This record gives sequence, C-alpha cells and structure tokens, in this order.
Amino acid sequence: MTRTPITDNDLHAYADGQVDAARRAEIEAHLAANEEAAAQVREIRRLNRQLHESFDAVLNEPLPHAMIRVPRRSPVQILTRIAATLVLLVAGAAGGWGLNDYVGSRQNPMAAAFPERAGIVHAIYSAEKRHAVEVAAGERPHLVAWLTNRLGTEVKLPDLTEEGFQLVGGRLLPGETKPAAHFLYEDVDGRRITLYMRHGDTGNGNTRFTFASENGVGVYYWIHGPSGFALAGNVDREELLKVAKLAYKQLSSN
Amino acid sequence: MQEKDRLIVEQIPRLRRYARALTGNANAADDLVQDCLERAWNKFHLWQTGTNMRAWMFTIMHNIHVNQVRKTGSRPTVVSLADWTDDRGVKPTQEKRVEVRNVESALTLLPDEQRAVVLLVGLEELSYQELARVLNIPIGTVMSRLSRGRERLRQLMSEGGVAPQETVKET
Repeated sequence: MTRTPITDNDLHAYADGQVDAARRAEIEAHLAANEEAAAQVREIRRLNRQLHESFDAVLNEPLPHAMIRVPRRSPVQILTRIAATLVLLVAGAAGGWGLNDYVGSRQNPMAAAFPERAGIVHAIYSAEKRHAVEVAAGERPHLVAWLTNRLGTEVKLPDLTEEGFQLVGGRLLPGETKPAAHFLYEDVDGRRITLYMRHGDTGNGNTRFTFASENGVGVYYWIHGPSGFALAGNVDREELLKVAKLAYKQLSSN
Repeated sequence: MQEKDRLIVEQIPRLRRYARALTGNANAADDLVQDCLERAWNKFHLWQTGTNMRAWMFTIMHNIHVNQVRKTGSRPTVVSLADWTDDRGVKPTQEKRVEVRNVESALTLLPDEQRAVVLLVGLEELSYQELARVLNIPIGTVMSRLSRGRERLRQLMSEGGVAPQETVKET
C-alpha cells in the first residue's frame, strides 16, 4: 500500500480536526515518529486556544444601543423591531423607547412583549455551545443566591429531570427596567429549554398559562402579579406543555 | 418573531466575536456587524433555505470588510495599530518596535487576508471548504494563507516584537 506523504496542509487539517478517520491514522503515525511535526500541531492548537481565550468574552457582551439604533426605512423595519427587543433585552431600557413601536396597540405592552422576549433569549443563548450560560449548574447555590439578590425576590430553580431536562446553568439579563433571570435546561439528545423569569417588570395584572409560538420557538408563559415566567424551546407543543406544567407546579408552590 | 429573524439574530454574538478579532477595535467591529445585519435583512430573499446561515452571513461580512479596506486605501492593520488599546484601555507605546505581548496585538500585524483565514478557521471553526466559499478563493489559497498566517503569528509572538513595516503583503 502506498501512502500519500504527509504535508504541511495535513498538519493544519489534523490540528483543526478537519481530516477523515483514515487519513487521521496516517497522520498520527507520522506524528509519533516525527517530533518536529508533532510540535507544529501542538503549536497550532495552542494558537486556536489563545484565539478563543482572547475573544470568546465578546459572546457574553451586551449588544450596544448604537449598533442597531439607526433610523431605518421600511425594508429594515423588522430589524428595528428586533433591534428594539435586543436593546431592551440585553442592554436594559432607557425609558422604554421602541417598545411601543413594535407591540403597537396591544393592551399591556409589558406583558405582550414578555413571550417574544423569552423566544429571543432562547434563540440567542440555546444556540451557544460554549457560552450558553454564565454560571454552570455545578454552582447551583451560587446561581440561586446571585439571581435572588439581583431580582429582589426569591428565585426558585425548578427541577425538570422528571421530564428529562437537566439544568445547564443560568445568567443575569436586563429586562425592561429590572434584571431578569435566564436558566437553560438540556435533555440527553441535546435539546434545550429556556426558563426566563422577571420580577416587578411585567406590568399589571395576571396572565394565565398561555401559549405563544414565535415561529419555531414555542413559549408557555404565565404572569402572577409582579412575577413573570416563560418556558421556551424548540420542542413540540405537547412536550413543552408537560415541562411547563412541571415548572409551574414547582414555581407556584410555597 | 419570524423564523428569518431568529436565524439572523442567532448569529449576532459570533459575528461580533469575529469582527472584534478581525478589526482589533470594538467600535469598528460593531459598525461592521451592523452593516452586515442590515444587508442580511435586505437580502434575505437571496439566502437559500437549508444552506448554512452562518457561512452566508460571514460571506456578507467579509465582502463589506474588503470593500471598506479598499475604500480607505490602507489596510486597517496599520491604522488599528495606532489606535489599538488593550483591555485596560492602555495604548501600547509607539516606538520603533511595537510590543507584541499576546495574540491580539500580533493579529493586528498580520496581513488582512491571512488574519481572516486564521480567525475563521481557528476561532469560528469553519471548514476549509466553507471558507473557500465565504472568501471566494480556491482551497489551495485558503491553505497557503492559513499556513503563512499561523507561521507569522508564531514568529511575532516568539520574537516578542516587530516593526509594523515588516508586515509582508501577500503576493
């Protein structure tokens, strides 16, 4: 059997995890016998790690106002709408500008925006592999204490294992005027569910257990006086309902 | 929220990460992301459902960046060097030799084409094939830029400093 010689390109592809299994074996044999090549692979991997160490923090930075606030004409109104949501969501509201633009005539803009907000939080953070959460499930007591402190109300963390979802972790997010809490759960197939929680920031009145579909992201939400809860996920509605009921039961009990 | 909104919004954090690394400047990076988002929304009808949204948006961002660099007539590697501040907001001392302490400062000394390839592979983890399509260059060019870019970074970081004029333009 003739072997294709190992080239510089092979070493890069190997270090980047971009070779197939057959070629990988050949390259590994080469590396075992060639210290210089092995050192080059280590060097490439070290560089990739350094890039992540230097720039991954950007993933967690709040989105700036200026980035999206430029006035726009009709084709980009959707952008403005989403932008307003993101700005309010991530950077916090400075007087609630923009909010009325996109919730229009809905009676309780705060409450109406709530499920959409939960859908966007889910879309942004459940797509993240490495930065889905700020505090991991391993630091659960810290997570609960931190968010309880910041939200100004006792934050309970429902246990959803009964429906197959384990806590990944959580983070603090700005709501309209006050901090909000975000928790992420995942099942064994890697499907993710977002629990989004606010306190004193959902307007007046109660909303019963309600379903909203944000195109692909299903959201069950309920608002009790000052507290709002939303469960969002790309799972089918029946299943989401089961999980939401489980969360509801635990969050409503004293 | 529409499906298309969701698809685009999902990309924002990673677009920002790449733009930050590419430009070496937080403001320039966010301007780039914003331009990219506007264009993505306007041209969404050109995106083919089922294809890779992320690669599509990186393509848009790349094209905008290349045009900006062409317009200004100078490569931002040199410009950003003077403006470059580190995390603590401290400007590096502008002496004959620029201190290269970490990968961030070394990146600013890399030719633009090489920096894009090194980042899209090492940071954004695009496949070489995706990258060839995003940058609209042959795969062989992807590999040579990757190899040269990484070698250059290695030298810059091991030497600990180099004059910016020494930055070699790719032929």
